[in-house]
Amino acid sequence: MLEVSNLHAYYGKSHILQGVNFNVQKGEIVSLLGRNGVGRSTTVKTIMGEVAPQGSIKFKGLEIAGKESFEIAHLGLGYVPENRDIFPSLTVRQNLILGMKSTQTQGRWTIDEMFRMFPNLGERADVEGGVLSGGEQQMLCMCRTLMGDPDMIMIDEPTEGLAPKIVEQVANLLQEIARRGVAILLVEQKLSIALKISHRLYVMGHGKIVYEGTADSLMGEDAVRAEWLEV
Amino acid sequence: MLEVLIFATLNGLVTGLLLFMLASGLTLIFSMMGVLNFAHASFYMLGAYFAFSISQYLGFWAGLIFAPLIVGSVGALVERYGLRRVHKSGHVAELVFTFGLAFLVEEAIQFIWGRDTKNYQSPDILDFPLFTLFGQEFSAYRGFMIAISLGIFICLYRVLTRSRIGIIIQAAITHPNTVANLGHNVPLIFMGVFGVGTALAGLAGVIAGPVLTTFPGMAAVLGSIVFVIVVIGGLGSLAGAFIASLLIGLLQSYAIASDVGMPELLNLIGVSFESSHPLNDLWTLTLPQVAPILPFLLLVLVLIFRPTGLLGKREE
Ligand SMILES: Nc1ncnc2c1ncn2[C@@H]1O[C@H](COP(=O)(O)OP(=O)(O)OP(=O)(O)O)[C@@H](O)[C@H]1O
Ligand SMILES: [Mg+2]
Repeated sequence: MLEVSNLHAYYGKSHILQGVNFNVQKGEIVSLLGRNGVGRSTTVKTIMGEVAPQGSIKFKGLEIAGKESFEIAHLGLGYVPENRDIFPSLTVRQNLILGMKSTQTQGRWTIDEMFRMFPNLGERADVEGGVLSGGEQQMLCMCRTLMGDPDMIMIDEPTEGLAPKIVEQVANLLQEIARRGVAILLVEQKLSIALKISHRLYVMGHGKIVYEGTADSLMGEDAVRAEWLEV
Repeated sequence: MLEVLIFATLNGLVTGLLLFMLASGLTLIFSMMGVLNFAHASFYMLGAYFAFSISQYLGFWAGLIFAPLIVGSVGALVERYGLRRVHKSGHVAELVFTFGLAFLVEEAIQFIWGRDTKNYQSPDILDFPLFTLFGQEFSAYRGFMIAISLGIFICLYRVLTRSRIGIIIQAAITHPNTVANLGHNVPLIFMGVFGVGTALAGLAGVIAGPVLTTFPGMAAVLGSIVFVIVVIGGLGSLAGAFIASLLIGLLQSYAIASDVGMPELLNLIGVSFESSHPLNDLWTLTLPQVAPILPFLLLVLVLIFRPTGLLGKREE
């Protein structure tokens, strides 16, 4: 589904991504872990075309490096940014409408279905997004991206700052997404939900992938966890 | 007295709505680009001249429809092939570009149409008094100006707040990256907004041309006032621009209609001067004479007491 090879990216003169290699297969949940500032967000932003890429990014076999963000989104790659950029002055329903790429085709998800899954959002359908709680905003942000019917989504730190109960809801939604055949790249700092739901994990350190494995294999590598992750 | 008040209010409304037709586009484009488009009033002038030429062959109504469309297309092209390229070089470059464009349009108009005032007339159909009050007539054409402005604004308001495309535009103005990530072509949206904004300016030119006269200085006359309005209303605020437009339209209209001089006003507050005083000319100004500078006085007041404008938000 997604194949990233030898990806480099810069912010001005600083060389942030220094040859990143990884892949996500169809229907898989893959986590990208690492400490603060190692370049995880930069990786997804670069894939999305927000930061200029050097190297190869193939999505569904197509080279997408150098394409515009909206073109990449249209190919079926969804992105939920870490800042939870909901549109505060638009209502919950309008936020969801905004996620739809066209009104003609019916995708995997409908607004009513979202409201059934998250009654909290349904009850506030006509309330401005800005008044929602952090957890509700995160849900809204994920649902909004899903309304565009992507075949793969990249989610940047969806559980940051959320209460344990909401974190569990996020994990459930991610598994539901995967069940419908949507591949997931989950960017996380903590191991909590990543260990539980991922098929494979990558650990990033200083602009490179430093470890690849499964939840079980990572739990066996105390040295890797001690050096590259906060435990 | 009452008739003066009623007619001044109606005329102020005509001017205010006309000003808003320019100010609305200018403020929308500002929220998108982050710079004020100095050439905005040039599109207004182009609208009047295109409509004048079209009306020579096909009549007023054809000009009313086609001139704004042409101006809007020109605006969209200017955005696509001019501003979008200049944008990469920063705000100063964009400002200089729009400034240069304003000059270019003015020179081109003088070159093509000449320096003289054009005899651009309102259509004969509307050449009758809409009503007569206290023996004074209110022309049907002015009524038509009010109707068409209000009609357009109501349509735009509905599109902007109710439709899907309106929601996308609102979001794209404040969060362009996020909207692009959701699969919307933001540059195309910006080009469209620029096109509609300039088409509105063009439409204002079409309907104002016959009343305010069509001549090469018409952009300069209105341009500065429209800037003042956008700043008074609060940069980027449509509602603010609306209030400020009406405020300035009415203010000017009342000032012109009131035949009061400074001496009377000063006498009211108990001050009087000898006519031999060296500054006598200043004291004897009449309100109609100072009407043109009132918008700028208001601007100074607003900037002193509310620097973000009436409805503007402070940048964080
Ligand atoms: N817009 C930017 N301009 C310059 N440097 C940046 C910019 N954004 C990020 N960086 C730098 O790039 C590096 C990687 O940032 P990135 O956001 O990818 O980290 P991260 O792994 O997502 O960590 P976290 O989200 O916890 O901060 C950091 O050193 C950061 O300081
Ligand atoms: Mg990050």
